[in-house]
Amino acid sequence: MKLKSKYYAVSIILLQMALPVAAEPLKPASMFPWLLVITTIFIVLVSLILWTALKIRSTLTRHFLKKDVSSFVKLNLQELNDEEIDILLDARKNKNKLARSSSLKKVSLLFGGIIVTHPILAAPISGSGTTLLSQPGIIITLVLILIPLFLLVLFLIFKINKVIIRYHAKEKEREAAQLADYLLHLEEQEIEPLLLKRKASLQYRLSNTELAGIIVPEDRKGIIQRPTNDTGIHFVATKKKALKRPNIDPQFSSLILWFLGTAIFWLVFGTTVGEYLGIKFVSPDVDHVSWLSFGRLRPVHTNAVFWGWSSLAMIGLGHYVVSVVSNTPIASLRKGWIALLLINASVIIGTIFLMAGINNGGGEYREYVWPVMALFGAGLIITLINFIQTIAKRTTHEIYISNWYIVSAIIFTVVIAFIAYWPTWQNGLGETIVQGYYMHQGVGMWFMLFSLGIVYYFLPQQLNKPIYSYSLGILAFWTQILFYTLIGTHHFVFSSIPWWLQTVAIVGSMGMLIPVTAGTTNFVMTFKGDWSKIGNSYTLPFYAVGIVFYFTGSFQGTAEAFRYTNLLWHFTDFTVAHSHITMYGIVAFLLWGSIYALVPRLTGSEPPQLMVGAHFWLAFIGLLFYSIPLMIGGTLKGLMWMDGKPFMDSVKMMAPYWLWRAIGGSLMWLSHLFFAYNFYRLIVPKKEVDMKTIAFEKIKEAQVKNEAFLYN
Amino acid sequence: MEIFSNHKKLFGVAFLFFAGLSVMVAILPAINNQTNNAPLPGSEALSGDALAGKQIFIANGCVSCHSQQVRNVDMDKGWGPRPSIAADYANNVRMHWWMNTATLMGTERTGPDLTNIGNRLPSADWHLLHLYNPRAVIEESIMPAYPWLFEWKENISISDKVVNLPEGFEGRPDEKLVATKEALALVSYLQSLKQMPLPDGTPAPTFLYEKKSDINTSSKDASELDGALLYANNCLACHQANGEGLKGAFPPLKGSAVVLDDNPEILIDIIMRGYNARDEYAEMPPVGMNSNLKPDEVTAIINHERSSWGNNGKKISVEEVEKIMTFIKTQTPDL
Repeated sequence: MKLKSKYYAVSIILLQMALPVAAEPLKPASMFPWLLVITTIFIVLVSLILWTALKIRSTLTRHFLKKDVSSFVKLNLQELNDEEIDILLDARKNKNKLARSSSLKKVSLLFGGIIVTHPILAAPISGSGTTLLSQPGIIITLVLILIPLFLLVLFLIFKINKVIIRYHAKEKEREAAQLADYLLHLEEQEIEPLLLKRKASLQYRLSNTELAGIIVPEDRKGIIQRPTNDTGIHFVATKKKALKRPNIDPQFSSLILWFLGTAIFWLVFGTTVGEYLGIKFVSPDVDHVSWLSFGRLRPVHTNAVFWGWSSLAMIGLGHYVVSVVSNTPIASLRKGWIALLLINASVIIGTIFLMAGINNGGGEYREYVWPVMALFGAGLIITLINFIQTIAKRTTHEIYISNWYIVSAIIFTVVIAFIAYWPTWQNGLGETIVQGYYMHQGVGMWFMLFSLGIVYYFLPQQLNKPIYSYSLGILAFWTQILFYTLIGTHHFVFSSIPWWLQTVAIVGSMGMLIPVTAGTTNFVMTFKGDWSKIGNSYTLPFYAVGIVFYFTGSFQGTAEAFRYTNLLWHFTDFTVAHSHITMYGIVAFLLWGSIYALVPRLTGSEPPQLMVGAHFWLAFIGLLFYSIPLMIGGTLKGLMWMDGKPFMDSVKMMAPYWLWRAIGGSLMWLSHLFFAYNFYRLIVPKKEVDMKTIAFEKIKEAQVKNEAFLYN
Repeated sequence: MEIFSNHKKLFGVAFLFFAGLSVMVAILPAINNQTNNAPLPGSEALSGDALAGKQIFIANGCVSCHSQQVRNVDMDKGWGPRPSIAADYANNVRMHWWMNTATLMGTERTGPDLTNIGNRLPSADWHLLHLYNPRAVIEESIMPAYPWLFEWKENISISDKVVNLPEGFEGRPDEKLVATKEALALVSYLQSLKQMPLPDGTPAPTFLYEKKSDINTSSKDASELDGALLYANNCLACHQANGEGLKGAFPPLKGSAVVLDDNPEILIDIIMRGYNARDEYAEMPPVGMNSNLKPDEVTAIINHERSSWGNNGKKISVEEVEKIMTFIKTQTPDL
């Protein structure tokens, strides 16, 4: 009977979910093949999970009911505690009849669940039936949007499951009443001595000295660190503190801190410029100074955050990672300092040149003229030599995967810079092909590869476990080289450069799904089982966000490369949103996590945790406010252009989206101020009058005096 | 495997793999493209003012917002009569030893494409005013203003190019706004940006993803073109959306005797061949000739002008316009 009603409930749920599918033939069928596939998979998945859950539950119940109740009592005597035994004995003695509890409420909550489920499942299908939906690029984007929706459905399944559990609890209650009744009216008297014997054994208590003895414990080996008696409730979660590494050469620390410090300067500088540019979209007449005009400042912004912030931060962290996974000190500190100077010099000079109107003639991220970029290149070559020399004298047998990524990133970037900047071999239209190649390899082979190398070290270190799969990392490494190298031209789809090259780029962009999926899987599986650690760590949230954007941002890039999506999104603000999702959402977040992981180990101080939280949330929310309006606005803009609307209409239409972008940008910018402050606090810890420290200083002083007195 | 523990082999292999792919997808196609390319017959490399203007265009990062490519897709039709081809860029070469070839194709269209701007907006006066402050000609524009390309002068010499400022943008009472050499160079670069016609007999590449004719517009006469859109694309920049022009720069069409005249001869002549008879206004370029407007398009524009902003002129037919245009053609053989 009960089972029947359960299957009835399940079938209702399935019917509810099938409804949107049934509604589909009403719309033009040809537009929905992809959507139909996705929805079907979705529904099958959900119903499968539900069905399994219900099946397991029902079999369990059936099994329980079949048991003979008397043998149950005998066999499970061990399960009764002494209190229960007392109650049972008393009750039997008094022969009091318990009132039968027979109230059985039908649980109808299930249907509530159905009502909630239905609109959510229907949502992805209710999109308007335009030809847009038949385009793979759009579908990929929709699927990316569906991911959070899918998580929501999973959450709902959890909830429904809970309702079912509650339902079973009620059933068990009823059965329990029967059991109690049965136990009270049991005829056999032999159960009494058994119960008494069991009670005696249950009342046996240990003295607590059997194993440990009575000696007071002491921590002779210094294993216990930072004990605390503070058990009060905190407004914000207390995060785990980093442990100072004792054996880092202070001069090496200082080199890394200088890399990171200058990087942070360029972050604040570059994003201040970016913020100002965002304001100019809303208020174009905010100034009329040639050095501050939009066209000159835009490359200042991009280059400062690329070659200043991200690159310096990566190289600084790289020095640490390369030497630590090689288990040997860095080969040359001097080379490190020279590289630091060269790279900073190139960004300073490049910035001034750009503002003065001296640039390389367009071409994104290739705006510094080659004499300026040569300084950067020299810094890279010196770093490369330094890293390879360090790896050559490593004391580990294998080369850890981080070093694969980091050293290859530098080698490739040197190659890319030579190809793109060497002034004699190219002239004319060919440079557009080189530009596409350079721009995208700069992003994928320099920033992405290097950041991944850093994550392959810091993520396992922060989770305190090895990386999930070395092989997946290697697969991602080689496939990234194979596919990423091909995709440069997808920035010039439908332009006058060869059609076959554009097609190669689009195919390469598809291929990028392999390394991205491999990398994401690797990181997520490393996280697996330790998600709870995110809550009490101030570094792991940055990695979690970085990994999510690594997946969605990279897949978005693939979707953007298709020919149709190029019609819709190319030339619009969608691209700007995409580059921020990747360079900021992936690279900057991963770098922040790594900086917060490393610097406390170098300086021994902790960042103010509330400020780290402020940094994280402002950056994260700011990025969403920045990118989502630009994606929506960019899509609308593309549609207007495709409709042949006058150009100015699209400019007017964008105004509110540009305003939202400026707001999101302001939040991001604010987060960088918090970040800079946190870094400052890490280097210059707040001086608090600590009684212990002062007392020991006094003791030291006294000792020095004593010694001086003795020697004289 | 030894490769895991031998850094020379590992990084050597990675380098060769990457460098090999780079040669195939970047170096060889680039060399092939730049060697097998020649300018279209009749096109000339930039020189003098236009070349200096290109340098100013580059220095101010105009490519951040303006592309210079008509893609072979239908939605780009408005930017030029045909898709850009490799030969269009053959004259774009290195300008200095310290600089790469300018890659001005662009990747953003925050502003309009400039491939054919020399034909689409030929008026130097318009460009100067627009550069001085874009909001003076297009209210909602978000383009930066370039006032440092201009100077205020009390005493004007004959060679000075004075920029007439419209109402609301007047500057100093006793001085005139004069375009500097740089501003004039930049404008002459913009004017030089024209799509060359392909040599006779060479078929232009087709525009892909052609928009299917919209069934919704069938309520109107199917043969009638959208005059408002044609006006927006060809006339609006100067004469404004409200048809009132800009005082001191571009004449109004609202209530204009020329527009409302029952005999459309003068109007069509001005649209096709331009006009420069009135000192208080800037010169009107031969818009119709530059954009190669067809009789039905001219008709749609005229009918739009005659029925908008309170204008209430007689509608004219395509046949009428065609007749006058043929007559004009006989007088100007190069049309």
